[in-house]
Amino acid sequence: MRLFLSQDAAAKALGAEQVAEAIRAAAPTAEVVRTGSRGMVWLEPLLEVETSAGRIAFGPVAVADVPGLFADGVPAPDHPRCLGLTEELPWMKRQTRLTFARCGVIDPLDLAAYEAEGGLAGLRRALEMTPAEIVAEVTDSGLRGRGGAGFPTGIKWNTVLGAQAERKYIVCNADEGDSGTFADRMLMEGDPFCLIEGMAIAGLAVEASTGFIYLRSEYPDAIRTMQAAVVAARASGLLGPSVLGSGRAFDMEIRVGAGAYVCGEETSLLNSLEGRRPVVRAKPPLPALQGLFGRPTVVNNVITLASVPVILARGAAFYAGFGLGRSRGTMPLQIAGNVQYGGLFEAGFGLTLSEVVDDIAGGTASGRPVKAVQVGGPLGAYFPRALFDTPFGYEDYAARDGLIGHAGIVVFDDTADMLTQARFAMEFCAVESCGKCTPCRIGAVRGVEVLDRVTRGEPGQIELLQDLCETMRFGSLCALGGFTPYPVLSALSHFPDDFARERKAA
Amino acid sequence: MTADLPEGLQADEGLATEIRALLAEHAGREGPLLPILHAVQARFGHLPAPALPLIAAALGLSRAEIHGIASFYHDFRELPAGRHVLKLCRAEACQAVGGVALAETMRRTLGIDWGETTPDGRVTLEPVFCLGLCACGPAAMLDGTVIGRATPDRLTEAVA
Ligand SMILES: Cc1cc2nc3c(=O)[nH]c(=O)nc-3n(C[C@H](O)[C@H](O)[C@H](O)COP(=O)(O)O)c2cc1C
Ligand code: SF4
Ligand code: FES
Repeated sequence: MRLFLSQDAAAKALGAEQVAEAIRAAAPTAEVVRTGSRGMVWLEPLLEVETSAGRIAFGPVAVADVPGLFADGVPAPDHPRCLGLTEELPWMKRQTRLTFARCGVIDPLDLAAYEAEGGLAGLRRALEMTPAEIVAEVTDSGLRGRGGAGFPTGIKWNTVLGAQAERKYIVCNADEGDSGTFADRMLMEGDPFCLIEGMAIAGLAVEASTGFIYLRSEYPDAIRTMQAAVVAARASGLLGPSVLGSGRAFDMEIRVGAGAYVCGEETSLLNSLEGRRPVVRAKPPLPALQGLFGRPTVVNNVITLASVPVILARGAAFYAGFGLGRSRGTMPLQIAGNVQYGGLFEAGFGLTLSEVVDDIAGGTASGRPVKAVQVGGPLGAYFPRALFDTPFGYEDYAARDGLIGHAGIVVFDDTADMLTQARFAMEFCAVESCGKCTPCRIGAVRGVEVLDRVTRGEPGQIELLQDLCETMRFGSLCALGGFTPYPVLSALSHFPDDFARERKAA
Repeated sequence: MTADLPEGLQADEGLATEIRALLAEHAGREGPLLPILHAVQARFGHLPAPALPLIAAALGLSRAEIHGIASFYHDFRELPAGRHVLKLCRAEACQAVGGVALAETMRRTLGIDWGETTPDGRVTLEPVFCLGLCACGPAAMLDGTVIGRATPDRLTEAVA
């Protein structure tokens, strides 16, 4: 009997290790493959049983369920926890899993399983191509940066390819600081070879032989899995002086962050990697020309790089066939906060917010009405129901004074107070500011004070807040100071009632 | 090298030997400072003040520069933490499912504020902005172990 049980951090946080132990006791002869997550977090710990018809899912499994599940040897389809075939679950069937195709399916460190499920096909194809051809393929796919800014990946790579230098670098941004996001974590814990393959392809494309993954310290499980995967990749010749025997070198190292949101900003990240004080650098020079240690550097998000193997394997046109407008391909939506069904849902761009929140997420977990949805992390706008027809795309969100960022979707019910949320945005900016520019460093502190005065019902504060946001937007060097006005002003303009406080008697 | 440092910043021989060994392990790496700081904190539980001049000298930086860099990050501590470190997520997805109330209860139960350690040295409480467990919040991490849908009872029991 072959069983599959997730060891993703979310599954562990919900008791997967205790369930694994109980299964070992109840079914000592069963083979338990530990996988990444399928992304259905509300069903974790999710147990799957291999059958001739496919894998059958049971979840969420509690330790107390285990003896009953294995009472007759094999978990039975009439057990109350049985959900039927995993692939037939509506959540799975409705997705287009390109980047996350193997996540939750295989043992993340089993390179043979990786290959059997389509891994390495992209890298093998890239090894037959010239750097310019690889760059052209990525450009034609329409892939844009999944870290937040949405810059076309092929154009960035072309700049690095064109730069003349003895040494170039591929830096993977795995800082994933945006609240409400976990796609990078899930990918690194569930399919680390996919990221390694993507980085190796990037190395071939721009003629770089060294890579770094800058991985946040808040993800100890991802760090362990990534490190083990790099060791395994080196041992098998996927990394090293001759990638897959091609004679071309590529190797990489994992570097652990130290808890600073701004280090996800690419130039701060480079300073951090170099061992400097991680303040943001002014651009130009672009990191593509003068990046790590002053050398041409590709900085890309985990999901950007992990989407490259499937683009190379199946072709630019295949990938570009999904999506909407100038947002091509798929995006892993991370559905979080107060929702009935939370988790990772990969789909072509274009789903409306209503489809995501009301339909896929099943509304709130509390059963109360949805009040607001913050899209795109702590610098993203709060959307009211009136804007739920917005289709998921870079331009579509920008047109409504929002951003998709790293595709975190955080749902709040009607108990949320939007003035409190606005204050938090300012407080977060004040705590995490790198201090380089005054509008951000001082402005965010002022913002908290102004919002406290709004809370006390003092007059004239809203104008002050608007002016302050204006100054931050136009006077900040990076998006931390520059975009904090998004959550603040969206809360104000869409939920004005929450800002109309009665003056408290002294 | 450290002879003219003020009292309290002198590394004793044992510490100096260990730091030098750690530094040697990282010799030749590109951008070694962050990995070195992590290694020192992993070994000692914090960054002992006398270690900084040794690291500074090895990397050709000033003590003030090292301090400026280390203090930029939330992770590095100047003083040892309690026996347990409890991190509670304060970010938005956890706020949406009762994270603020949970944090308030825990601060009251433990009798400490963010960044503080209980007088008996049992637990240090730290804020964290997202653990990537945003679909199963409120999220917490106790000594590196993740906890989803955290409740006051569960956390109080875990740090007991
Ligand atoms: C304050 C701030 C934090 C950021 N955090 C991240 C992050 O955690 N992960 C990430 O990939 N990009 C982050 N970015 C965006 C990066 O600066 C950069 O655009 C990205 O790494 C480029 O990769 P991409 O083109 O593949 O998205 C952040 C930007 C800012 C301003
Ligand atoms: S906006 Fe804030 S975080 Fe960004 S560079 Fe300026 S001070 Fe630093
Ligand atoms: S917002 Fe709390 S874990 Fe992500």
